[in-house]
Amino acid sequence: MSEMLNTLEQTALSEYKYGWVTDIEADEAPPGLNEDIVRFISAKKNEPEWMLEWRLKAYRHWLKMSEPEWANVKYPKVDYNAIKYYSAPKQKKTLNSLDEVDPELRATFEKLGISLDEQKRLSNVAVDAVIDSVSIATTFKKELAELGIIFCSMSEAVQEHPELIKKWLGSVVPMTDNYFSALNSAVFSDGSFCYIPKGVKSPMELSTYFRINAENTGQFERTLIVAEEGSFVSYLEGCTAPMRDENQLHAAVVEIVALDNAEVKYSTVQNWYPGDKEGKGGIYNFVTKRGICAGVNSKISWTQVETGSAVTWKYPSVILKGDNSQGEFYSVAVTNNHQQADTGTKMMHIGKNTRSRIVSKGISAGFSQNSYRGLVQVGKNAVNARNFSQCDSLLLGDKCGAHTFPYIEVKNSTAQVEHEATTSKIGEDQIFYCNQRGLDTETAVALIINGFAKEVMNQLPMEFAVEAQKLLAISLEGSVG
Amino acid sequence: MLSIKNLQARIEEKEILKGINLDIKPGEVHAIMGPNGSGKSTLASVLAGRADYEVTAGSVEFLGKDLLELSPEDRAREGVFLAFQYPIEMPGVSTTNFVKTAVNEIRKYRGEEPMDAVAFLKLMKERMKLVNIDQALLSRSLNEGFSGGEKKRNEIFQMAMLEPKLAILDETDSGLDIDALRIVAEGVNKLKSKDNATLVITHYQRLLDYIVPDYVHILYKGRIVKTGGKELALELEEKGYDFIKEELGEEVESPL
Ligand SMILES: Nc1ncnc2c1ncn2[C@@H]1O[C@H](COP(=O)(O)OP(=O)(O)O)[C@@H](O)[C@H]1O
Ligand SMILES: [Mg+2]
Repeated sequence: MSEMLNTLEQTALSEYKYGWVTDIEADEAPPGLNEDIVRFISAKKNEPEWMLEWRLKAYRHWLKMSEPEWANVKYPKVDYNAIKYYSAPKQKKTLNSLDEVDPELRATFEKLGISLDEQKRLSNVAVDAVIDSVSIATTFKKELAELGIIFCSMSEAVQEHPELIKKWLGSVVPMTDNYFSALNSAVFSDGSFCYIPKGVKSPMELSTYFRINAENTGQFERTLIVAEEGSFVSYLEGCTAPMRDENQLHAAVVEIVALDNAEVKYSTVQNWYPGDKEGKGGIYNFVTKRGICAGVNSKISWTQVETGSAVTWKYPSVILKGDNSQGEFYSVAVTNNHQQADTGTKMMHIGKNTRSRIVSKGISAGFSQNSYRGLVQVGKNAVNARNFSQCDSLLLGDKCGAHTFPYIEVKNSTAQVEHEATTSKIGEDQIFYCNQRGLDTETAVALIINGFAKEVMNQLPMEFAVEAQKLLAISLEGSVG
Repeated sequence: MLSIKNLQARIEEKEILKGINLDIKPGEVHAIMGPNGSGKSTLASVLAGRADYEVTAGSVEFLGKDLLELSPEDRAREGVFLAFQYPIEMPGVSTTNFVKTAVNEIRKYRGEEPMDAVAFLKLMKERMKLVNIDQALLSRSLNEGFSGGEKKRNEIFQMAMLEPKLAILDETDSGLDIDALRIVAEGVNKLKSKDNATLVITHYQRLLDYIVPDYVHILYKGRIVKTGGKELALELEEKGYDFIKEELGEEVESPL
């Protein structure tokens, strides 16, 4: 096409508005990884012996593994010995209340739009904030405790609820699952733990915000959500990082367990620093997220809006073990400039009458590569399993790429698996139509993108949806002239 | 309000407009008629600022401004509205949301506050009646799966919401049955005032029974070759476009 697409190619990077660095003294491990570092992390956290043993086992396993290469992404090899595996913001003493949180840190969270202020009850979101590697504060703890809901940092859970951690940690994503899950199991520094007792519906959204701050630090958080029989929880995860020239590694593990009739809704707005417009810097986001619908009639729903990171490699999945259980995956992945995303899901149908729904919307601009990779597996006992997958790609310009890799493995003849895929381009006609109604091109693109992603955005809780809409617009700013 | 002088434009090296002269004053309705391919849509697109077309000569003044210097969105914000011959689809974007965005972008340009939801809905309800369009249609994705008639009515609804100074209707009548045609025409008539003007582009005389023009121009091979009153449209209908060719002394192709 004509002029517009030429300007499209002259993609200018939008300002990454979360790119500041907080000046906080950190308590760090030296770079590099060996058993001593694992011991150091465990000791820092005052962990019981069983936890250290678990970590060491994972570390020893990791040593025998090699980094996977099958994803449709290219990046220079990570030097695992150049990374610092532990960096905690230095705090003078143990905190008795939120008021004692370092004012610098509080300011950080305020910039992120997260209020740690328990007075702001209106927002009705309980927040666990993780900076670099350590959980800083969890809000609404008391209110949640009255219902028997446990929502705390992983370190605290190891101390306070060892029986639950021993039972569930690694039960969905075994330490040996893959290279990054093994690494995470060895060196995870913190994360959130969330336990919803039998029959309890969480009255508020539970939310964790992650931020990488220190330089050359890997962030390896670990999230575990257990929903007992008949319970419900909606969980939100948000992430940002400062602008750095060096790539930083983020390798998290999230595990979800839903027992009989339980439902977990997990929403992510991922906005890690994507690198500059030449592709320098940015976060490597290699995440393992998996849930198990262990009980009958249980449901796990993943919703993700992925706008950040230089390289994203992530497949939130659901094991549909309980009969009549349901898994959902709703995803919007935006890539611009030199970003690369290889993301999708795995739906493993094991129980009878299990259903899954996949809605993936990929938006590519600049020189970016955006891949959907999905596996729908129907086991031999999964009678009447149903899957519906919809994968749509939208291209802005002609230097970017969209790829779809759907894999289907069916071992039961009663299964119904449907897959639909479309690829479209934002047309000059659409933009001109909008221009003619008084919308400038940026506004037009934002409108078209949000329309394209609507089915996924509708899945997000209200307070997240607005933020996510803005993010979509921001991450594509300057990608259309 | 609009003054076009010797406007020439081309696309991909092909000369399409070869010197258009046209003056439109507030309160007037002008009709442009002409056979297919004569350049009617091109004229509309050039006025609206479509980038594909290159203006090679001439000038266009709109309300004292050099229209050709303005971006397409600024032309719209200044009050130029084009009802498209082929309205495009916007999956996932409702008409309501789209029009709300448009209304507020135009208000912003004028230094006005965005319209609040209540005022917007009130205005919308009122304007919906003008073109007999219902809420359900406006909640659907813009033009997606709309019938030809619904698309055209939707264009006029948007026009009613945006209150342009100059409305250009590009073959808004094509594809409409007689009832829909009447509804659309009545809508346009109700929006007419002494301050705004309408440029109706059409292939057929039919629409002009309902939207009565002050002037009729015949566009032929990129030039306005004849201008007259509303009778000219009737004459054209009666004699067919061949009569223009005869008048111009061109050879009329045999229908055989
Ligand atoms: N994108 C284009 N590329 C090449 N020629 C075009 C293009 N658009 C229109 N034309 C040509 O310009 C001429 C005028 O077209 P148009 O303005 O659409 O006529 P009308 O609206 O009067 O039917 C036609 O010969 C048409 O083929
Ligand atoms: Mg035309």
